Amino acid sequence: MKEIVNRIKEKFPVISETYQREDLTFITTDKIHAVETVTHLRDYEGFKHLVLLTAVDWLEDGVFQLTYLLNNPKEKIDLGVRVQIPRDNPEMTSAHHLWAAMATYQRELYEMFGISFPGSPRMKEPFILDGWDGPPPYRRDFDTLKYAEDTFFPRSGRSTNDPAEHMKKKMYPEG
Amino acid sequence: MSLEDLEKRTVYGPDNEEINVDPLQDYYCAATPEAKTEAQKGTAPIIEKFANWARSESLWVLAYGTGCGAIEMRPLMTPKYDAYRFGVQWRPTPRQSNLFIISGYLSIKTLKIAIRAYEQMPSPKYVMGVGSCTINGGMYFDSYNTINRLDHYMPVDVYVAGCMPRPESLLTGFDLLKKLIKEGKGTGADKYAKEFEWYKGNQKKIIKNWDMPDFNW
Repeated sequence: MKEIVNRIKEKFPVISETYQREDLTFITTDKIHAVETVTHLRDYEGFKHLVLLTAVDWLEDGVFQLTYLLNNPKEKIDLGVRVQIPRDNPEMTSAHHLWAAMATYQRELYEMFGISFPGSPRMKEPFILDGWDGPPPYRRDFDTLKYAEDTFFPRSGRSTNDPAEHMKKKMYPEG
Repeated sequence: MSLEDLEKRTVYGPDNEEINVDPLQDYYCAATPEAKTEAQKGTAPIIEKFANWARSESLWVLAYGTGCGAIEMRPLMTPKYDAYRFGVQWRPTPRQSNLFIISGYLSIKTLKIAIRAYEQMPSPKYVMGVGSCTINGGMYFDSYNTINRLDHYMPVDVYVAGCMPRPESLLTGFDLLKKLIKEGKGTGADKYAKEFEWYKGNQKKIIKNWDMPDFNW
């Protein structure tokens, strides 16, 4: 894995690297070079299979982190390419030309996180949500509980127990 | 189904004759449902009682699984629990069934289909809400995409609590439903007809992409 990362480093800027497991590594690159890096890995390093494209909402840092997880079927190793993009007006270069499945992942990210991929086919069509007009629901500043209470007629009388508090009360009633 | 399927259109027959199709008029019933009056119910109470006994002993379930609870139907309909010995059987289409088992959480997309299926079922029809998701949202109570209370969208006769309830619980639910029907309390379809506006308002509040007729009969 280290040799692959070193070879990548010669060609593209690698901001950081994480050696998670023997067969799993993550590298972080910048927004301009991310799709180029993925293309290079696919064409020259044998990472022919796209496992997934996913996003993480780092609300406190004001960034979305995209992860392109790639798999090399011959060597049986995985490499994740991470890239951070700003949270307001998030936009990323589309990579739908690399794998057919990429367009579907990008469509999902547009719906759930509001990340735009200009040029990606059928991106703005509704994917899972039907007729959704609120903010993208996977963003962490979207309050799902409040939305559900406003929309879905909650039944009163619902109570919840914090497991730690409940067990403390049960096992040590004197305190 | 999409909005285009409901638009008026002209199609041409084999001899090039023009056929004007208005789906809302030709394929669906424009009138809203009506509750049964006392006169329609039968000439004598004893006949109604007999009819109710017959209805309770032939619950035909629409085989449509809406959530994780649909997996409980398999042991229920196969020899392990064998619900067929109680007159409960599963049917492939809404037109042939009179009991709708909502077996778990309902996302907005699934609710749309469930409403269409419910309205297509012939009256008298019954709804059984299975699992805590249909009662108060269950573990999805704070989800942005699943409903909390089923009884705001269609009339529910029997709830079976649990997450998930075992097939035995469903058998108990069938027993309770039979008792209700024999007492003449299985009037969900009439309730739906009487409070049609309220149910439609609730349904349309959450189904933003309403691409079907108001009444799917």
